[in-house]
Amino acid sequence: MKRFLTRTLPCLTGLSTVLVVLGMMMWRYLDEPTVLPLLTSPHEDLAGEIALVNAAFARAQTTPPLSSVPAADALTLARRLSLSLTGAPPSLEEIRRLEALPAGADPVNAWLDHLFADRRYADYLAERFARAFVGVETGPFLVYRRRRLVTWLGDQIAINRPYDELVRQLISAEGLWTSHPEANFITVSVVAGGGGPDETKLAARTARAFLGVSLDCMQCHDDKFSDRWKQKDFHQLAAFFAQADTTITGVREKRTKEYEARYLGEKSETKIAPQVPFLPELFAAGGSRREQLARWITHPENTAFARVTVNRTWAILFGRPLSEPVDDIPLEGPYSTGLEELAHGFIASGYDMERLIRVIAGSDPFRRESRSVDPDKPVTAEQESTWAAFPVTPLRPEQVAGSVIQASTLQALDGSTHIMQKLRRYGETRDFVKRYGDRGEDEFAEESGTIPQRLLLMNGKLVNERTKPNPVMNSSTRLAHYAPSDAKTLDAAFLALLSRYPTDPEREHFTRLLEGKEKKARERAMADLYWSLINSTEFSWNR
Amino acid sequence: MTPFSPFSRHGACGQSDHFTRRALLKSSAVAGLGWLTPLAQQLARGSEKSGKRPQSVIILWMEGGASQLETFDPHPGRAIAYGAKAIETAVRGMKFGEGLPLTAERAQDFSILRAVTSKEGDHTRAIYNVKTGYRPFPGLIHPAIGSILCHEMPGLDEKMPPIDIPSHISILPGQNPARGGYLGAQYDAFQAYDPVKPLPDLRSRTDDEGQSLRLDGLDVLEQSFAAGRLADLEKSRTLHRTSIERARRMMSSDQLAAFDVSDAPKAEREAFGDTAFGRSCLAAVRLVEVGVRCVEVTLNGWDTHINNYEGQAKQLGILDPALAALIGLLKDRDLYENTIVMVATEFGRTPKLNLAEGRDHWPHGFSVLLGGGGFRGGLAIGETDPTGESQEPTGKVRVEDIHATIFHQLGIDYDYEQMTPIGRPIAISDGRVIRELSS
Repeated sequence: MKRFLTRTLPCLTGLSTVLVVLGMMMWRYLDEPTVLPLLTSPHEDLAGEIALVNAAFARAQTTPPLSSVPAADALTLARRLSLSLTGAPPSLEEIRRLEALPAGADPVNAWLDHLFADRRYADYLAERFARAFVGVETGPFLVYRRRRLVTWLGDQIAINRPYDELVRQLISAEGLWTSHPEANFITVSVVAGGGGPDETKLAARTARAFLGVSLDCMQCHDDKFSDRWKQKDFHQLAAFFAQADTTITGVREKRTKEYEARYLGEKSETKIAPQVPFLPELFAAGGSRREQLARWITHPENTAFARVTVNRTWAILFGRPLSEPVDDIPLEGPYSTGLEELAHGFIASGYDMERLIRVIAGSDPFRRESRSVDPDKPVTAEQESTWAAFPVTPLRPEQVAGSVIQASTLQALDGSTHIMQKLRRYGETRDFVKRYGDRGEDEFAEESGTIPQRLLLMNGKLVNERTKPNPVMNSSTRLAHYAPSDAKTLDAAFLALLSRYPTDPEREHFTRLLEGKEKKARERAMADLYWSLINSTEFSWNR
Repeated sequence: MTPFSPFSRHGACGQSDHFTRRALLKSSAVAGLGWLTPLAQQLARGSEKSGKRPQSVIILWMEGGASQLETFDPHPGRAIAYGAKAIETAVRGMKFGEGLPLTAERAQDFSILRAVTSKEGDHTRAIYNVKTGYRPFPGLIHPAIGSILCHEMPGLDEKMPPIDIPSHISILPGQNPARGGYLGAQYDAFQAYDPVKPLPDLRSRTDDEGQSLRLDGLDVLEQSFAAGRLADLEKSRTLHRTSIERARRMMSSDQLAAFDVSDAPKAEREAFGDTAFGRSCLAAVRLVEVGVRCVEVTLNGWDTHINNYEGQAKQLGILDPALAALIGLLKDRDLYENTIVMVATEFGRTPKLNLAEGRDHWPHGFSVLLGGGGFRGGLAIGETDPTGESQEPTGKVRVEDIHATIFHQLGIDYDYEQMTPIGRPIAISDGRVIRELSS
């Protein structure tokens, strides 16, 4: 007996200490905001540009004034930004810091200051952009390291490197795929069996990712939809990549290499010289073929580059691009409302990505609610399509996983999180995404939920592990024990899972669920509440 | 084509009346639920040819790249065999690698395509290519065989009860399980694991009372969310509650028992081999029996860049009993004529060994097995170069030809072009039917 006590008592004491500490840590997020507010800096210089964008949308909205769709509150805006820029909603801890902002402070800019300083932002945006740059393929063996490329992109985004510089470096990359991660943009196209990089894949990718032009079909024939593009446009673009070669020292330019292709209807291949598909007056010789192309693409007067970047960034923030498809924008217009204003602003800013995000997030479309205040006059499809109401779009699989995982703890799982927690989150997200289904590059396809997705959230491992009674790991149980009242418990759960306070009917319903419940019964009731919240439409859709 | 198809049959490159991506996906999303809607099934039944039993497909997927030389296309005595032996089969003159003795006894039941070629030598791209019949194309995901099957033939035999469980299932999914692509995520294969355990995610984590409390809570939340938001949000966009209701119906379906192989006779289980793959093959037969359209079972581990012979032999030890037993059981249950069986892989392996005695990737002539479903058996179509030099095998079959052949056999109009979300019409398959396989 004595032996038993000497062995178990320290463990029990240790466990109770952990629980007390966890409870104390949590306490400050449960009650009045007692945390340090977010630091925020003024961004008055954005006002003019945002006004131009807003004016464009105002001109385009032909319907009567949209008084029924109010401005979204700070919590909703923070939720949208966190989901789209970090892949997870705000934690309860972060929400309390947002709530502690001084009156009059702009929550969007404060929140963006907070997110831009967090490495999660750079890593997540890097992954989203990488899908456009190199897709999601594992790629050729040995010569392609996707992870390195994404990390490198994250490093560039973290220092807010001008986007045109970043793209020039990708297109003209040289060196080993390990020591020069940007070279993976080229080596992803390497053909198995010693063929070197595939100039046709690089041309098609470059046209879509950096020019917003889909030339893929023109590899084989002239444009059949219109006379706009010819087969030669594609192959002359491909010729810019023809001298890229993979050697023992990595990607190099082999200046003697020529490009040959066979045009439709011709019997033999012909030598094809590089030529840009439009705006030849912006082209300047000098340097390697890829350097020349990179300079032309990122020339400030080549607005196509800015347009496609703006369109993708908009799509990441809204879940829906301004111009669809995201990477195929009519070169000579007509352009979607707001696109030109944003593109020219982006160019004028020196391709400042953070500033672009601030402008979009500051615009009226982003700041609107996704619902009308009058239930008898719900939002219409037209209001959504003209951005007079924020569109309700499905969250991406990693955002859903990120929401479950983030909500199960009350502190932000950010750069300072312990490595073991990060590893657990990585493994759980990977498994979840595989079962939920990821459309890879086709990021903005708006699909309804599927039955396997529902089953995964109703009965799957991740939701069960992250919500079942567990006083150390799960916020549901911790709230059951440490929240000072039913009302505070509900507030905390709704904030952690849906980033909002419960409505009156919700409060009434769920209070009945918790009322008078203690210990195990309360833990179970909290697990039930979490299940309902996680399985709601609102949890899996951006609003 | 089913009555609820979102696609026009008259799209062509150059026409401007194509759908927008969102409109198309929205309509395909609604249509996509056809695989579970009784009404849709009834409608579809009417459109199926009377008297013809619907067919299913079982795909045994050898992930990593099975070597043609150690499986269905040995060249015994040649330098490229590196001493590997071949065995006689039930078909005179046809030889298999020595690791397939049980399958060899059934060689009259299927045919081997020995000269399959593709242009993809990277795993991800080649898997995509063989599973969809198309090479990867930017901005567009092509549907896999099972997805097309479920889309084109959602209805079931009138004699069979409606199916509540998924019609497209991938057991032991590898890195790239079959997907619905532009048809919609509804056509993705439902992923399942070793049938030693029940189908994943189908058991509620709480009791009936708890479930009821949870659903009550959900009702309250859904009402708040819908208030003031887009009219018809559920019906026209999220299908959230609909999916939950159908998920619940699936959870309580008796058909789930098909996946549980523990109640199969011991001898039957043993015939498939005591492996996850063997159990999955047994489950595949049982699932087809209850009306599942397509089951994909993956056997991973064929990527033998090192010690090819040992690596392939180990895999063959798993494949051989399972494949032979699968064909045997389908025949015993009178299902073989209605079920196409394909054994496929993303590419073959180089005729010459590398320095580590491994074989690398070789898309220039590899083997695919096709049987059942009324296909002729006992044929070996195409020949690879016995010296291993040529990249142009005789009687070459392209990957897309296999797709066209399968769809043709199923009665699907494979060259029908449907409009895709990128505004480009694409044929279900642009391959050519391999006529020798038709009876």
